[in-house]
Amino acid sequence: MLLELNRDEILRYSRHLLIPEVGLEGQRKLKNSSALIVGTGGLGSPVALYLAAAGIGRIGLVDYDVVDSSNLQRQVIHGTSTVGKLKVDSARDKLVDLNPDIQVDVYNEPFTSENALRIARDFDIILDGTDNFPTRYLTNDVAVFLGKPNVYASIYRFDGQASVFYAKEGPCYRCLFPEPPPPGLVPSCAEGGVLGVLPGTMGTIQATEALKVLLGIGEPLIGKLLLYNALDMTFDFVKLKKNPNCRVCGPNADIKELIDYEEFCGVPSHDHEEGSAGANWDITATELAERVKTNHLKLVDVREPHELEISRLPDATNIPLGQLAARLSELDSAEEMVIFCKSGGRSARGLELLVSAGFKKVKNLKGGINAWAKEVDTNLPVY
Amino acid sequence: MPVLRIPTPLRSYTSGQSEVNVSGLKISDALTDLTTQYPTIKPHIFNDGGELRPFVNLFVGEHNIKDLQGVETTIKDGDRLILIPSIAGGSRHCERTLRSNPQHDLRLLRRNKRSSQ
Repeated sequence: MLLELNRDEILRYSRHLLIPEVGLEGQRKLKNSSALIVGTGGLGSPVALYLAAAGIGRIGLVDYDVVDSSNLQRQVIHGTSTVGKLKVDSARDKLVDLNPDIQVDVYNEPFTSENALRIARDFDIILDGTDNFPTRYLTNDVAVFLGKPNVYASIYRFDGQASVFYAKEGPCYRCLFPEPPPPGLVPSCAEGGVLGVLPGTMGTIQATEALKVLLGIGEPLIGKLLLYNALDMTFDFVKLKKNPNCRVCGPNADIKELIDYEEFCGVPSHDHEEGSAGANWDITATELAERVKTNHLKLVDVREPHELEISRLPDATNIPLGQLAARLSELDSAEEMVIFCKSGGRSARGLELLVSAGFKKVKNLKGGINAWAKEVDTNLPVY
Repeated sequence: MPVLRIPTPLRSYTSGQSEVNVSGLKISDALTDLTTQYPTIKPHIFNDGGELRPFVNLFVGEHNIKDLQGVETTIKDGDRLILIPSIAGGSRHCERTLRSNPQHDLRLLRRNKRSSQ
């Protein structure tokens, strides 16, 4: 039996009740439905806000992170006043303020193979607002195993993709992408970055699709992939079919339970030690500051040229990571060298490249120029 | 001439071009033309065996070439081809997911050196 709407709810949702496709019955369906949002970041923010506003009766939020000021350019569910708070708490407070009639369940933990089925089991629909391949494959497999729709969106700079992966009625994420990119081949990832409004657009599309699926109206993006480019303002649609060889939803599927997704993708899904090349290869910003007082060290900055406008170390040679392999001849392997980037991830990769090419006297600045800006030269901005 | 749409993550290998005109009667011709025009894109869409990588899909119009005749699919003037790579999302993941494949970069370097000699 569907719960009825009370007097206040009828007023709150009156603009929904006026649409015949929603109406009183549809709004009651929403009140009686539940949605799990994996990630309360750029995508999760608009998803959660709009689903809460729409009156989804129970919303689950999974995130283990805390709000950072660098999130606020796109993660609009959080605010300056919640910097430093747990993201799930910050998000819950906003949702409850927006709509006190709904129930918000928070899971302040990474979404992993150990807890994912338990968390997702009692929700009607799953929304993928994650930011990494291991958690995307995990979210997909959880949705397949539990027979639930997985409303997907993904973003990169100015590009967005969205679909509804629902193995009961169409393809799953693995049907389209059987394997993640091998580590190091994530195209152009070194530069990173995303237009702040892009996850707003894509997350709002996810929320739209979730409402359509829960209401049973319209044509959800099942078997279709939406491709959006903000720079060109283009929307392309392509058709997706079930992959007969899909390892989780195909007729001969061999993956029957959740696996180790970090191993599968070859990358960590959650913060382990960021910006480190390993203890033997790292130098901290403080150590480097001491060393440069007495020794000559070659500093190699592998960031993109536009990042140098934000912060730079004097006398550093700039060779963007993507060009490093082709410009090794500019470096002298006999010289002591410290390689750095923004926070140590790209330079760790650069270091491995140098070491494979025979460089031995090279260290990675742990935590990158941001660590230098925090520990040594506080006049430099952190970004 | 068919037009191949290049997604943002791969545009750094096509001099920033969002669309590239490609010639040929089949998908395989078009891809050869693409990698002739822009050689550095090759390892990002093909594996060492010359097959499309599993995280890259190629569509002709609305259809995945996997659902057609693969690289043997015929194409004609005015066809719109779209390369669709998997993207993970977010922004921090880029720093986090970068783990090296230096051998790959060095292989590329050696190949480039050979071809420039």
